[in-house]
Amino acid sequence: MTINTLSQDGVQRQQMPCLTKMERMIISMQDPDMGIKLRNQRLLITVIPHAMTGLDIVEWLIKKCSISDEEALHVGQLFVKYGYIYPLKEPRNLILKADDSSYRFQTPYYWMSTRWPASELDYAIYLAKKNIRKQGELIEYEKECYNALHKRINHTWDFVVMQAREQLRASKQRRKGDRIVLECQEQAYWLVNRPPVSPEHYKLTTLTKNTIIEHNRISLARNRVKSSICLESYVKYCEQYQPHDPIMQGCLPSNPWITDDIMFWNMNSETVALPTKLRVERWSFSFMELLNDQMGRKEFLTYLEKEFSAENLCFWQACEDVRHGETAKIPEKVDEVYKQFLAPGASRWVNIDSKTMEKTLEGLKRPHRFVLDDAQMHIYFLMKKDSYPRYLKSELYKNLLARAIVPQETKKSVFPFMRRQRHSSPSPALATQTAEDDGKAKYSNSNSGTASRL
Amino acid sequence: SSDTLATLKTESETLKTKLEEERAKLHDVELHQVAEKTEALGQFVMKTRRTLKGHGNKVLCLDWCKDKRRIVSSSQDGKVIVWDAFTTNKEHAVTMPCTWVMACAYAPSGCAVACGGLDNKCSVYPLSLDKNENLAAKKKSVAMHTNYLSACCFTNSDMQILTSSGDGTCALWDVESGQMLQSFHGHAADVLCLDLAPSETGNTFVSGGCDKKSCVWDMRTGQCVQSFETHESDINSVRYYPSGDAFASGSDDATCRLYDLRADREVAIYSKESIIFGASSVDFSLSGRLLFGGYNDYTINVWDVLKGTRVSILFGHENRVSTLRVSPDGTAFCSGSWDHTLRIWA
Repeated sequence: MTINTLSQDGVQRQQMPCLTKMERMIISMQDPDMGIKLRNQRLLITVIPHAMTGLDIVEWLIKKCSISDEEALHVGQLFVKYGYIYPLKEPRNLILKADDSSYRFQTPYYWMSTRWPASELDYAIYLAKKNIRKQGELIEYEKECYNALHKRINHTWDFVVMQAREQLRASKQRRKGDRIVLECQEQAYWLVNRPPVSPEHYKLTTLTKNTIIEHNRISLARNRVKSSICLESYVKYCEQYQPHDPIMQGCLPSNPWITDDIMFWNMNSETVALPTKLRVERWSFSFMELLNDQMGRKEFLTYLEKEFSAENLCFWQACEDVRHGETAKIPEKVDEVYKQFLAPGASRWVNIDSKTMEKTLEGLKRPHRFVLDDAQMHIYFLMKKDSYPRYLKSELYKNLLARAIVPQETKKSVFPFMRRQRHSSPSPALATQTAEDDGKAKYSNSNSGTASRL
Repeated sequence: SSDTLATLKTESETLKTKLEEERAKLHDVELHQVAEKTEALGQFVMKTRRTLKGHGNKVLCLDWCKDKRRIVSSSQDGKVIVWDAFTTNKEHAVTMPCTWVMACAYAPSGCAVACGGLDNKCSVYPLSLDKNENLAAKKKSVAMHTNYLSACCFTNSDMQILTSSGDGTCALWDVESGQMLQSFHGHAADVLCLDLAPSETGNTFVSGGCDKKSCVWDMRTGQCVQSFETHESDINSVRYYPSGDAFASGSDDATCRLYDLRADREVAIYSKESIIFGASSVDFSLSGRLLFGGYNDYTINVWDVLKGTRVSILFGHENRVSTLRVSPDGTAFCSGSWDHTLRIWA
């Protein structure tokens, strides 16, 4: 949804597609065979024809859409709210009641969707009437307009035909003299006022078309993966993460939003002494999961230090710092990275293949945000394929997993109606006040190796 | 000349048809078929656990803080409020110089918020704990578009912001200098939403617009690497599946759809005959099994992503649900509405 009413090619946008959908349903409701059975409803001393009860509407919706009565009432209520159905007894109170209160369908002329663009619609109705009355009576330009309108306002065409039929029916009941006069008046009006032929669809320039063609050509050449493989991965992912999904399976000790107890957050904080079992297990799902958890990252660093390959992780973190940091600081940061990790004889030299090293060193002459990307990628995949799997098999990891906590479920309060006090927590804005003074840039949990967070 | 245009049009259309054929070739199974062996979800009970009252007008956007309990929300009357949703206390409030603040985002550090709307800009406000300080004084103007700002989000740090606008473009900005680092052109109409990919390489994002298209962009080159055009109306919301291999979109056509990036096609449609009004905002539960959709008919529908069925419908808001986000640790989700309130559901 947008506030802009014209699309880029200057044509009026279709407003609110929900109205089209509602109208389609309203039309089915009025279907002589499958729709709601209309009958005479008594309103005080008058008999109103073609009416129905609120209960009729709700029951029809329940059956047609296979939904509950609560939802059917909700949907029915929307039809009343938007004026497609109106109540007979209290016409100003637009509410649907699922009882024997009487309702009627609003005439299409007053449907919401017909409010814009009115003149085009009126013209379409006029042409449709002419077309219905005597087949092929439309003259050349009228035929053109009719086809163009049929294309452009296709979404309201049902309404156009319905309205045309209704107007024809009404006119048949007039005296012949009156009818002829009205027809002449109408014809004269449209001769003078017919809407101008609007510009051709899609004023695309050759340039735009070329871009689209290029894009499609590239897309054609893309390597695609079979659906069965892709979709199977979702099933596996959902299964693997289900125990970690608090909305799906709850969380221990309890969901803070439900019990007002923040133990769950305390037990999973960054600085906790011993992590929970679920948390440590999650590090084994993917390398990203390990790195995204500050505690996991620390553990991994400890492991790498034992293996004398800690410089890899430090290098990766420094590259992240360059990629996501302040633009102005890039040259100095890149220089620092070069000195520490890439220069021959550097204190924390990282082992990159010669081709990547050559390319990186060349790029360093004109440092930009992504200049270290290739080298960073190389080291990332090195850790992922080599150090990470070995970490998961290591004593360090297995030990931690064995010691990790499985929280006890919070016992339900003896007095369930007494709410626990909801404690506030230190604002993150406070936590880094000092860091800001030091002039350090602020980073997120997931990728920072430098500035401290929360 | 019109001849060239006509030939180009035919060529474009032919390519498009070929593309659809290629995409269809590898589509050997439907998602719900693959999910047949998955256990069905039982009865689903979610309730409103907190109601955040304080906005004087329609709530348009919300974002969670990484601390899992704070939220920033923005509204039609120009107010941006930072809440501790757990205690429901308001911690900060900023009055923007414009109305219809359609976009807001929490910085990863928790120290700032970004917002914008009809002012065509995205501004960053550092959050101060000094009660007397006027937050607006330290405001930093970062992004400048030529039409309204529809969405914004920080990338992995406080230093860069991604924006989308009614001017049909997206852009990446350096916060300190306000410099545009990259712009993204390709949508033929207003861009309404965007989401950053949670991938290892962290270099792509997806956007959705009024041209019914969703596009995946390479942040480094500014190129559109993939696009999908199956919705029948404006795309109001896009959100990545947690693994980053797919994304969901919510549209005015009353459907939500799932697109797989490796298969390069739409793989699921979440719709129901009784759901007539557009979906304004979508988000996944932590495992990706559930998709929550906020709709313009005031309801929230919960979908089983794998089986394609609607698991639950949540009533409560008294006007359109305009924004919806799951909390960072998946313990709850928050919905914002034109009824001036935000609700936490768990």
